[in-house]
Amino acid sequence: MSNRIVIDPITRIEGHLRIEADIQDGKVTDAYSSGTMVRLIERILQGRDPRDAWAFVGRVCGVCTTVHSLASCRSVEDALDIVVPPNAELVRNIMFCSQYMHDHTVHFYHLHALDWVDVVDALNADPKKTSELAQSLSNWPKSSPGYFSDLRKRVKKFVESGQLGIFTNGYWGHPAYKLPAEVNLIGLAHYLEALEWQKEIVKVHAIFGGKNPHPNYLVGGMAASIGLDDASAINAERLAYVGDLLKQGKEFIEQVYLPDLLAIASFYPEWTQIGGGLGNYLVYGDLPTNGYRDESSFKFPSGVILDRNLSEVHEVDLRQDEEVREFIHKSWYEYADGDEVGLHPWKGETKLKYTGPKPPYEHLDFDNKYSYLKTPRWKGHAMEVGPLARMLVGYARGREDFKEVVDSALAKLNVPATALFSTLGRTAARGLESQLVINWAMEFYEQLLTNIRNGDTRMADTSRFEPSTWPAAAQGVGHTEAPRGALAHWINIEDQKIKNYQLVVPTTWNASPRDPEGKQSAYESALMDTPVADADQPLEILRTIHSFDPCMACAVHLYDEDGKNLNQVRVL
Amino acid sequence: MKPISVKRPTYYQELRNKGYSRRDFMKFCTMIAAYMGLESSGVAQVTNALMNQPRVPVIWLHFQECTCCSESFIRSSHPMVADIILDKISLDYTETLMAASGHQAEAAMEKTMKDYYGEYVLCVEGSVPVYEDGVYCCIGGRSARDILQETAAGAKAVIAWGSCACNGCVQASRPNPTGATPIHKLIKGKPLIKVPGCPPIGEVMAGVLVHLVTFGRIPELDHVGRPKAFYSKRVHDSCYRRPFYDAGLFVESFDDENAKKGYCLYKVGCKGPTTYNACGIMKWNNGTSYPIQSGHGCIGCSEAGFWDNGASFYTRIPNFPGFGIESSADTIGTIAVGATAAGVAAHAVASAIRKNGEKKRLKAEGEASVEEIE
Repeated sequence: MSNRIVIDPITRIEGHLRIEADIQDGKVTDAYSSGTMVRLIERILQGRDPRDAWAFVGRVCGVCTTVHSLASCRSVEDALDIVVPPNAELVRNIMFCSQYMHDHTVHFYHLHALDWVDVVDALNADPKKTSELAQSLSNWPKSSPGYFSDLRKRVKKFVESGQLGIFTNGYWGHPAYKLPAEVNLIGLAHYLEALEWQKEIVKVHAIFGGKNPHPNYLVGGMAASIGLDDASAINAERLAYVGDLLKQGKEFIEQVYLPDLLAIASFYPEWTQIGGGLGNYLVYGDLPTNGYRDESSFKFPSGVILDRNLSEVHEVDLRQDEEVREFIHKSWYEYADGDEVGLHPWKGETKLKYTGPKPPYEHLDFDNKYSYLKTPRWKGHAMEVGPLARMLVGYARGREDFKEVVDSALAKLNVPATALFSTLGRTAARGLESQLVINWAMEFYEQLLTNIRNGDTRMADTSRFEPSTWPAAAQGVGHTEAPRGALAHWINIEDQKIKNYQLVVPTTWNASPRDPEGKQSAYESALMDTPVADADQPLEILRTIHSFDPCMACAVHLYDEDGKNLNQVRVL
Repeated sequence: MKPISVKRPTYYQELRNKGYSRRDFMKFCTMIAAYMGLESSGVAQVTNALMNQPRVPVIWLHFQECTCCSESFIRSSHPMVADIILDKISLDYTETLMAASGHQAEAAMEKTMKDYYGEYVLCVEGSVPVYEDGVYCCIGGRSARDILQETAAGAKAVIAWGSCACNGCVQASRPNPTGATPIHKLIKGKPLIKVPGCPPIGEVMAGVLVHLVTFGRIPELDHVGRPKAFYSKRVHDSCYRRPFYDAGLFVESFDDENAKKGYCLYKVGCKGPTTYNACGIMKWNNGTSYPIQSGHGCIGCSEAGFWDNGASFYTRIPNFPGFGIESSADTIGTIAVGATAAGVAAHAVASAIRKNGEKKRLKAEGEASVEEIE
């Protein structure tokens, strides 16, 4: 007899995710993933000024802040044939990299680490041994026996107070926790240090975008002008500030995050065999070094891998009708042509239609519709997106920088490349790409300085900022690689207003319900066969779900209700 | 304040346990007092409160939102604020950070609601969709509206974080397809603090919580329920570019020569003249910058209905009358910016009637029916 368990809310994620899973003989035999909150921002965008769209869609998510604004600006720039100046591209790249540094580190420590690190067991650590271990891992200065002794004392008092705050009712003592007490203590120490550090790196966003979360973007470039002779523009002081923050970030990631990741991973080798899931990976690519339109210049190359076959990388074209399509077979929406068809976003059509149980409810009905997420497919395939997809595509394309970090990590952990197709592989990939991103950020920063030194201070092209300069109708697509994976926005502009606006978001790829053929998406697929030692404490399920870094606010959205006649000629 | 019935360690004890010295503690108290704009005599008050008052349990809910408020909160930068306020208010339920999921998470919340009935602080991030029996936001199979009403019943005070909880924010903008509703329309008879902004400044969020736990009462609020300390001045009034406005020196288009000189952004749509917030004074991310300093106009994100005010964020507040005439700029703002204008006009007379108004507001608002909201 299988036992159906419900995990709702899934915590340590963005937004509202519900997982129901069938457990039999200590393993997951079936799993369902449901997004249970909807806001319909795309509906709200209709009829508005396309130049404002970045601000609206920026509010899709405050964790993945910046990514939607970037994709939005690019979609409008694509539609209106605007090319941003090189400095704006570099600043966007630097903001992109800072976002990764922040998001990946916060995910590792604050959203994911408690799946691997037993906070309460940290009490049993020997501070001296902890210090020796920490010093063998890296040169991070806060590793003295006194430091760990004080921390242990502090944790002891905290636990003895009986008020565990955010640690209340955690799965402490669960048999799936495998770390020695000393590693648990290091993990906890760095949990707290990462909380301190994360607020620093986002100052890069504040310098270029005025604030974080939700920095400001601008169609045509960036709003922060370069003016070396003015205190309120991007001048030498501001640039030095950015340089310092990036340097600090590099230190934290190289000396804290990566050593911790490898140390923790080495105690969980079995998790290289669990949670692999689909084996299909999709990347749109990003970080242009020669302009956004030159995809061959991207630091993150685009591509598709099917069936774990790293010897072949397929090309992706977001404008092709048959490539990206979305289905609503199991989603609380309806299409005019029925629930079986899939539509390319430029032909998107949607109407909310909730058919689930009336709250309060115990279970969702999985024979029928069960989520506010739509189900995207690439040429009919379910795809995983995210850090693992990016690392695999870079690796499969033979990029030396990717091979170096991947091969070095595999060697340190003494596992074969196939270990990447797993829950742990996903978690490791996030750290490995952070390593790439910090170095790229430095390159972009140096390039920005070089440009300014050479006299180029342009930050925005405003020649087509005024709506009177626009064609009567235009359509565009803008894409990026959000920390959680491939992201694209499709826009239709008519009479200077947004006619239709659509997003296909990383967590929609990963967390969506089944398609009309009954194929699972990435979360559901990755959960199959996951061992569950205690159905009341489904720690193992959380490990795999968290390895994707869910972002549900992003994942749920609506397409427009009359978006049928959208095939105007693309203005380019 | 009614003493909390279950004995908990005080802040001072917590700090000493964590290895901070008494001197560190006094520095913290002084900083917090200065930060809240208190006279030097207020330091003693803060010190006393932190030494002798027990920790306040906090339940932090997420509804229709993007988690930018939680993210902003953890950006709060005064050294011990992240350390103490975040971890030490006894944050018993927060979906973003808590270790437990599913029914263990729900059990943690239920325990706090039971053990500290009438004593915990309820923080709400996000709006509540009221259409279709609330099916547009369900957690643990229950509607957001149900959860809000249940948790609010035993709360000592409620904090509405951000523009979603205060005003509905982006999902409540035209045509508000899910019936996204700010929480003050759904809760009756509770002290409620609105902390608007998309998101609010991290240090403002920390400051509001510190005020609550330090003094055991809500900070002084303005006529719409915002803490006066952070929302009584317009961004325009505290903007370092204000002299350029007065002198008639404006950025005409982004990245032009005037932009490089840091002139006023009014003509490219800045909503600073009609926006009440502390951005110009406190700035963002530990004083690093704020939108205007980084070359983009204020979009008015702390004002009700800011998504629907005006044709575009780049449309200037129209009928610009000339240079440097403060009263005219206000008048223009009042005419042009719709819902915000009510706030600007009302503000002038607000202080006189604030206290009565607040009582009336608490009585008048709350538990609006779906029909009323529609």
